Amino acid sequence: MKKLFFSVLLCLCIPMAWAADATAPKHKLDIGRGGECVKDPQWMRKNHMHLLKHERDDAVRKGLRTEKHSLKNCIECHASTKDDSVIAREDSFCVSCHSYEAVKIDCFECHSGTRKSAWLQRNAK
Amino acid sequence: MSDIDLTRRNFLKTSAGAAAVAIAPGMMLFQVAHGESEGASSKVRWGMLIDTTQCKEGCNDCVTACNKENGLSGETKTTDSQWIRKIEIKDVSSGRELSLPMMCQHCEHPPCVDVCPTNASMKRADGIVLVDKHRCIGCRYCMMACPYKARSFVHEPLSDQNPDVPRGKGTVESCTLCVHRIDQGLKPACSEACANKAILFGDLNDANSEIAQKLRTVASTQVRAELGLNTGVRYQGL
Repeated sequence: MKKLFFSVLLCLCIPMAWAADATAPKHKLDIGRGGECVKDPQWMRKNHMHLLKHERDDAVRKGLRTEKHSLKNCIECHASTKDDSVIAREDSFCVSCHSYEAVKIDCFECHSGTRKSAWLQRNAK
Repeated sequence: MSDIDLTRRNFLKTSAGAAAVAIAPGMMLFQVAHGESEGASSKVRWGMLIDTTQCKEGCNDCVTACNKENGLSGETKTTDSQWIRKIEIKDVSSGRELSLPMMCQHCEHPPCVDVCPTNASMKRADGIVLVDKHRCIGCRYCMMACPYKARSFVHEPLSDQNPDVPRGKGTVESCTLCVHRIDQGLKPACSEACANKAILFGDLNDANSEIAQKLRTVASTQVRAELGLNTGVRYQGL
């Protein structure tokens, strides 16, 4: 009798586990064109901010502009293919993780989050 | 005792020297292999020579070009950013009238840099005076220090900036001599837009450059030369 009770309980647990799985936050992410031009994704997830912070000082103060580590180039590949932006929507490349991790990004207070080619098209007069 | 110290010091000196010799070529090769740009060089000093005799009254092409290039609104209210503006001056006794563009003069000894509490206001090695907006706290000391009223403060949130020209609320900004264009080997937008070629841009340090040759042959003035700031922007026919 006891065994039966437990098995019934177990059976009830399985759908509950499924349900819990479904309610866990779904991390939707639009990586745009994507690709791996700097380092592998796992490394980039952990360290991209150090690259950006170091290179920004070199770029502004010393005029050392590298293609590989420029924010503009990140955006060029990672902007959504739908709206050419890394910040426009909930699942945009930068916004998605940053809102999930609750880390505020200041970059786009000044920097454009749009692909340069798209900006040029819009502003060609 | 002193003998031992001396030899130790000498030993350290030579070993440090040897280490430097060993490492330096490796570093050079590393930089070459990675194709890094050299960045701003102190051998260069960017500047402009503005020929006021060629500058037409009522013409606003340089200002429009600047606004378009750098994403400025073009409004002239006190709270709007103006990186370059046209001014009309008149000599009261003779009645001679002049029109000229005024912007950041890219001084060799910039007062804006002296007063900045965070080192945000800075002069690049090639003489371009810039605001490092990553550090700017918006205190506006530099705006007060500038004798040319060249700087503006961004009062409102901005959107849709030029990807090459980041600008944002709470920071001070001014003419960058179109630094993003210079780093690509292009001329500043105002210089390119001037139909009368009144704005000559070039390297003041290079004796063979057009600007250096012209500065040697024609009379030019620095605005407020008495301040001894040695401006990078010079005016002809003032």
